Amino acid sequence: MVKLNVNGKTYDVNAEPDTPLLWTIREHVGLTGTKYGCGVAQCGACSVHINGNLVRSCSYPLSAVKPTDKITTIEGLSAKRSHPVQVAWAAVDVPQCGYCQSGQIMAAASLLKKNPHPTDRDIDEAMTNICRCGTYQRIRAAVHMAADLNTKGGRQVATDELLNHTAGLTVVDAGKV
Amino acid sequence: MTLAKKSPKPASASRRKFIISSAAGGGMMLGFSLSFNAQALENTATQVSKTGASGSGAELNAWVVIQPDDTVLVRIARSEMGQGTLTGLAQLVAEELECDWKKVTTEAPTPGQNLARERVWGDMSTGGSRGIRTSHEYVRKGGAAARMMLLQAAADQWKVPVSEVSVTDSVITHSSGKHKTTYGKVATAAAKLTPPDPKGIKLKDPRSWKIAGKSVKRLDTVNKLDGSKVYAIDVKLPGMLLAAVKDCPVYTGKLVSYDESKVMGMPGVRKVVRVNDHTVAVVADTWWRAKKALDALPIVWEEGPNANRSSASIAEQLAEGLNAPEAYAMRDENDALKAIDGAAKKIEAVYSTPFLAHATMEPMNCTARYTADKAECWVATQSGEAALAALSEESGLPLAKCDVYKHDLGGGFGRRGGSQDYVRQAIAIAKQMPGIPIKMIWSREEDMAHDFYRPISQAKMRAGFDANGKLVGVHLRVSGQSINAFLSPVPLPGGKDDRQLQGYYKEPGDAQLGYTFPSLRVEYAMRNTHVPVGPWRGVNTNQNGLYMECFMEEMARAAGVDSLEFRRQFMKDFPKHLGVLNAAAEKAGWGSPLPAGRFRGIAQFMGYGSYSAAVAEVSVSDKGDLTVHRLVSATNCGHAVNPDQISAQIEGGIALGLTATWFGEMTVEKGRMQQSNFHDYQMIRLAQYPKVETVIVPTYDFWGGVGEPTICVVAPAVLNAIYAATGKPVRNLPIKNNKLVA
Ligand code: FES
Ligand code: FES
Repeated sequence: MVKLNVNGKTYDVNAEPDTPLLWTIREHVGLTGTKYGCGVAQCGACSVHINGNLVRSCSYPLSAVKPTDKITTIEGLSAKRSHPVQVAWAAVDVPQCGYCQSGQIMAAASLLKKNPHPTDRDIDEAMTNICRCGTYQRIRAAVHMAADLNTKGGRQVATDELLNHTAGLTVVDAGKV
Repeated sequence: MTLAKKSPKPASASRRKFIISSAAGGGMMLGFSLSFNAQALENTATQVSKTGASGSGAELNAWVVIQPDDTVLVRIARSEMGQGTLTGLAQLVAEELECDWKKVTTEAPTPGQNLARERVWGDMSTGGSRGIRTSHEYVRKGGAAARMMLLQAAADQWKVPVSEVSVTDSVITHSSGKHKTTYGKVATAAAKLTPPDPKGIKLKDPRSWKIAGKSVKRLDTVNKLDGSKVYAIDVKLPGMLLAAVKDCPVYTGKLVSYDESKVMGMPGVRKVVRVNDHTVAVVADTWWRAKKALDALPIVWEEGPNANRSSASIAEQLAEGLNAPEAYAMRDENDALKAIDGAAKKIEAVYSTPFLAHATMEPMNCTARYTADKAECWVATQSGEAALAALSEESGLPLAKCDVYKHDLGGGFGRRGGSQDYVRQAIAIAKQMPGIPIKMIWSREEDMAHDFYRPISQAKMRAGFDANGKLVGVHLRVSGQSINAFLSPVPLPGGKDDRQLQGYYKEPGDAQLGYTFPSLRVEYAMRNTHVPVGPWRGVNTNQNGLYMECFMEEMARAAGVDSLEFRRQFMKDFPKHLGVLNAAAEKAGWGSPLPAGRFRGIAQFMGYGSYSAAVAEVSVSDKGDLTVHRLVSATNCGHAVNPDQISAQIEGGIALGLTATWFGEMTVEKGRMQQSNFHDYQMIRLAQYPKVETVIVPTYDFWGGVGEPTICVVAPAVLNAIYAATGKPVRNLPIKNNKLVA
């Protein structure tokens, strides 16, 4: 029996020491927001925070977790999706299938904690998770927006401001061709 | 129009037959013929309206349920896999319904419910970018019919002619100003009226749309932000056990034996199961334990004769097809062979594209439960009805005793279309442990090893020019594997498979080649391998677009004409193709100066009823490192139901297209796939993703697809830009295998 502190709650877990933290969280703790994508630390779908640090939980054995470690999963990131990253993600309509997005959000939250005003270059370096649906442009836009929200006290962002953040989308009625 | 009260419908006891179309990516039918007793299903039908997810509320018709608090439940039959079809379809219904968009929510009928109600929701399969373009009419009519019934119910209540009644945002008013009510209040009365004849329903002019045609936010985002969305892989059922599976690594190989005594003592392990004659599964109390035991399980395979096949032998087989005397000629206009033979100048180029895996982020999985009188599965599928058919066939239970609970997909891209192999596996395991729900999950490695891959192909492109440098003819031959041949038990006579020549069609409407050449011959040499193939987002437009559009670049260079100008010469009969090409060129500033070291490439192609063009800007460093700086994409999909979501699909298609162009290849050695996970099957990451700009140029006179069409112009635009940068064409994908500088 191992004690695990996840999202502020303590769980008694009966899993072998070599069980990856990902599967411990999904199958023993029962929180399924953290996703399995590759199992080999490549995709980031399984990203969680341990004591505030970003970790790819599929490649982190249970034996490496200390009882004092504080694990945060996507479910524990904020109350009611209020974290600036989540707010920005909704505003930019980042997710497509959504499967990678728990991991993307956890990675973005970790980046902003360390670097409240990341440049595009910083985002390139920090956001290495795979999104097979290809939401990268919106992820970049939403990270910038979340940084703004952080500093401007979480105010609502106006729609036209949002559009500036997303792609240079133009719609031209081409008439009869 | 006045609507009368509904008369009770007599129950029909006739036996009916339904054909389930079960292939993603267009047109192919597995021809699953289903018979069942309609009477037996009447009960289910009643149950649906009583206990369906909508529970309370009045069902106006199959598409619209309105609850007393004015909540509008729009039923969505198509599968949502990220492409936004759910939101787009809801917009179309809401537009005609004239309801308050803020009160719209959605639910999905099950395939069993669809069959029980005589397929009132029509085709549920979702592939070939058809989600909206093949159902827009009936869903809009569903919205309009519901609106008419609601207005009539209000008019009846007020005893006024319905012509004096109008609605805005679910609020119905009488022209006198004396009466006012809402949809929620009259819905029950409205549901009792006879629906109007769909033929007489007049739909709005799309140019006057207020909800559709607008970039409203997706309806399905919220639970993707906090981990609360339940994907199929997250399903939990009481008493559930988990299964990990292993199929013979060589396709067509067989499972000989396994030694379960070696793993039965491992923690949590409950059973080792022979799934079918080439697959074994371990069932345990957690998936991780099942997988660990499976990895430890000694298995003997009979790999069979295909264990000798390799990428090299397959490449040889395809190359032979390029030069074989026989091939199927789909188009032969003005004797291109003769024109090229007699030409003053000839050019020739051979291109190749590899097998590709879909690699959806959510690996294949399915939860199934079997009892003697019920087979059920919880699954991410692009074709709920194909899943239902698979469930019935594999369980041996009639359709009426089966049902499929669809979960939104963590990616589809064609992988979760017709085959439903994972449904078959899950129910085969569950059948051996009756009553116990079994969640079967594939490891990423299993997912990469047992895909239905994008078919491999090569193309030989030839062109001739006269003494003045004028093009006289184009001859192209594609040699490669056929998806239809893999799916169809009936051999295709003479290797005639137009689908493998997608994008080169003469006929307008779907995937028409946008050029009139002085002479043209288009051929296909079918060369099938043992590797299973299937539709992969964009299917054959991706490879064929690359072949044609890269060769256009080579021809333009041979003719000494700018690549945009060169294309335009042949596009007079194709104003829509030309329209998107011009739109992309204009937005990208084609011909304007670029920063030093940057180069542009251009391409246009058609697929899925939509027109696409792209301009890429790249640079290649001294060391040969590629950077894609900017990608401008133009599309004409006829009607733009949600421009921002069209843009999202284009942004995503560009990522998929860039991944395929730059890194994507599945190679074969000893009959099996060599790549096993994202370390050797690399995906593009954020840092490599260019600045993407989208131009949508709708002409409002047709309905085209959105999910797939753009991908086919990504590779040629990028490759043509690389050609411009290095002076050397890249003809063999992926780019990573090419040295870009000497
Ligand atoms: S599942 Fe952990 S990085 Fe992919
Ligand atoms: S949203 Fe589908 S994988 Fe990222």
